[in-house]
Amino acid sequence: MAIALAAILIILAVAWGGALVGLQYVLGVILPMVALLVFIIGFIMRLVYWAKSPVPFAIPTTGGQEKSLDWIKPARLDTPTTTMGLIGRMALEIFAFRSLFRNTKAVRTDDNGTPRITYYSAKWLWLFALLFHYGMLVIVIRHARFMFEPVPFVINAVEALDGLLQVGTPRFFMSNALILAGLVFLLLRRVCTERLRYLSLPADYFALFLLLAIVLSGMCMRYIGKVDIAMVKVVLMGIFTFNLPSMDQVAQIGPIFFVHVTFVSVLLIYFPFSKLMHMGGIFFSPTRNMKCNTREVRHINPWNPPKKFHTYAAYEDDFRELMVEADLPVDKPLEEKEDEAEDAQNEKAPA
Amino acid sequence: MAKMPTSDQLLAQTPTSFPDKGWMDIKAEFIPGRYPYPAKPETMEKMGFVNAHPWAPEDEDWNLPENWEEILYNGLKERLEKHRSLKVFMDTCVRCGACADKCHFFLGTNDPKNMPVLRAELLRSIYRKDFTLAGKLLGKYAGARSVNKDVVKELFSYAYQCTECRRCSLFCPYGIDTAEITAIVRELLYDLGLGINWVMEPVANCNRTGNHLGIQPHAFKEIVEFLCDDIETVTGIRINPPFNEKGHEVLFITPSGDVFADPGIYTFMGYLMLFHEIGLDYTLSTYASEGGNFGSFVSFDMAKKLNAKMYHEAERLGAKWILGGECGHMWRVINQYMATYNGPTPPNMETPVSPVTGTVFENAKATKMVHIVEFTADLIKHGKLNLRPERNDHLITTWHDSCNPSRAMGCFEEPRTILKAVCNNFFEMPEHTIREETFCCGSGSGLNSEEVMDLRMRGGLPRANAVRWVADHHDVNRVACMCALDRAILPPLMNYWVPGVDVSGLHELVANALVMKDETQPRTMDLRQEDLEYPDPEPEEEGGEEQENGGEE
Repeated sequence: MAIALAAILIILAVAWGGALVGLQYVLGVILPMVALLVFIIGFIMRLVYWAKSPVPFAIPTTGGQEKSLDWIKPARLDTPTTTMGLIGRMALEIFAFRSLFRNTKAVRTDDNGTPRITYYSAKWLWLFALLFHYGMLVIVIRHARFMFEPVPFVINAVEALDGLLQVGTPRFFMSNALILAGLVFLLLRRVCTERLRYLSLPADYFALFLLLAIVLSGMCMRYIGKVDIAMVKVVLMGIFTFNLPSMDQVAQIGPIFFVHVTFVSVLLIYFPFSKLMHMGGIFFSPTRNMKCNTREVRHINPWNPPKKFHTYAAYEDDFRELMVEADLPVDKPLEEKEDEAEDAQNEKAPA
Repeated sequence: MAKMPTSDQLLAQTPTSFPDKGWMDIKAEFIPGRYPYPAKPETMEKMGFVNAHPWAPEDEDWNLPENWEEILYNGLKERLEKHRSLKVFMDTCVRCGACADKCHFFLGTNDPKNMPVLRAELLRSIYRKDFTLAGKLLGKYAGARSVNKDVVKELFSYAYQCTECRRCSLFCPYGIDTAEITAIVRELLYDLGLGINWVMEPVANCNRTGNHLGIQPHAFKEIVEFLCDDIETVTGIRINPPFNEKGHEVLFITPSGDVFADPGIYTFMGYLMLFHEIGLDYTLSTYASEGGNFGSFVSFDMAKKLNAKMYHEAERLGAKWILGGECGHMWRVINQYMATYNGPTPPNMETPVSPVTGTVFENAKATKMVHIVEFTADLIKHGKLNLRPERNDHLITTWHDSCNPSRAMGCFEEPRTILKAVCNNFFEMPEHTIREETFCCGSGSGLNSEEVMDLRMRGGLPRANAVRWVADHHDVNRVACMCALDRAILPPLMNYWVPGVDVSGLHELVANALVMKDETQPRTMDLRQEDLEYPDPEPEEEGGEEQENGGEE
């Protein structure tokens, strides 16, 4: 954890220091462009890397009743057999975190000398994970205003909804509270519970700290150390339209902007090489994205090896005498036994 | 085998907190009772494993092949290229920990590496080092580590503390399936010549004799005839099941454990009685006398090799479809792999149709193989069986959903329909321990050997604990299940954690309740030849009874 925190502080120092010593153009224009490129290319390459390997077997996890007999109601979403059901399952997984919603907590108790394990429904992780992800989504949509002129209606609408509470000037965004609550919960959970602490890697803390740093620097820019937001838009529009801003324009923006942008750039660069790729991975998971009709429709394995097994003929050769003695039917009469004895142990592919 | 502690001692011995050192700095320990014995090199060689060699888990040196690092690297590279699942599961875990307390082995051992997330990290750390940019650049900060001989030992230790039950995969927000990871780690270990005897022997047996136990054809027939003697004792009816006969409609295949081991044999007797009663046109096969597939605990190719016999035999015998017995992992293979491995089906096979009810099993259109529980549930729903559930009134039952038919098939209502029709007393175990959230018996995927008894009792704790709850609250005295491994595994587990609770296959209970035409009346014994607590009424009263219980069309 200390290492992850140190990494964040170093990035902060580089960004802040860089902004002060005149590296604004590097941090505010060149770095984000590189980061964006790395993110897009890296993300696509990861998807291609996954897609290059085939799915040899249909291995959906069945989360409910199968479709078998007419009078038994199948679980259409948890064990889908139709395309619509499958889309439903994936949508629930992606938009509502269906599997995480199942979460339980096993608690060991002593019931008058009898050990008991009780399983309680545990929805906190699900709830805060949702808060974080939806907070993030709203924030990303709001930030899209820096890419468009005029700003599309949808983005304005999302922003208006986000500021619906009408508290403070500038207006406070609910998404800020959601994402902070989500991130703080996810961090505390990792630090405070023995299991999470034990299994966490520096990379896990790094991702959380980095996101926190982005959110806090962004909030700082909006609510405290304000920057010339019109100029920010000029600069960012410039980047997205390959109409690069001038050195002077960039230099007019306060240093906190460069801190924020540097953190975001680091996130974009880090993303395709890290666990954050779960964003793409969830679409590729064969336990979720396959239909549970595996006895009804044959799934084809592109590298299915040729059949090689101990055939009945070899088996009968091995046991013919015993089989005849036990009145078991045989394909070849007993007399032929001796000629065949040699092949008895051999594995043969069927004709 | 190590001496087993009592259940109280075992609980007391379970650590209450995690070690101080990080998991990468802790070597795997091999404690007697918690690791399986190695496979014999000659058996492995016979099955085509080139690096088979003598070794023992407790030894310092495992005699790994000279180029073991290369084998492991190439093996992992090959699997990544073959399985998209592996790539995605290696890359997308965010370590949210939702899976941690879903694993029965973690709940029973409190060993952090039994949290599914860390079980996967054991492999992930190697993957990152060799196959990802972040891992190459940042090393352990990105969760990467170099492989060494201790890491191989660790992989072995934890690949055999996982029963591939998929409970964690249900709760994972990305559907990461530890069964897939464990299966691939086991494949890699076999590449290094590291296999376990309890799996390799049955595989070799099954390959040659047709079943895991190595029962030869004449002996198989003899054993079944013994069981028929017992049926005759109980019912007065002589059944002579056909063996290896051509021209029957149905080929019936069940795990060989049903033929051989108590209490599976009663389930087998149940099948035969049911088939006789409904006049099913079927045959048994001594060549394909194994429904289970221990090959699936070795590698995908080995599973395929053993599974291929089913269609081969159905083709030879000219059967139209295959009826499969009560089993767990057998149905993982049949439901999710069989069509892919060995389809399309032979030309003589047709979409299964129940000859009694006319129900078309559209859901088995491609594999042409029906689970007997689906088949029997359909019979009962259509009122084709004359049942007298009062014969099972001395039993207070609960239902154990086996992991594979639950999370790799979704077979929940069919067995419950049957159980409720043949037993008047039935109670569900507490929520979050049944249906798709069911707990494993703790000894699946080749871990049902005596030498891992300590591990088994720990892994089975969550299941047993849920049974204990219904035993304490509803006086449940019988766990019913539809898995041959369960029938072998649950009795010692119950004996350890919930003494007094016994185990039955579903069709044992069906056959107990089944009123057969021409059977000796009244029936006074159950299939275990124990006196019925609530015997049938005297024959003269039977007419009235029969109408009451239904059974007519």
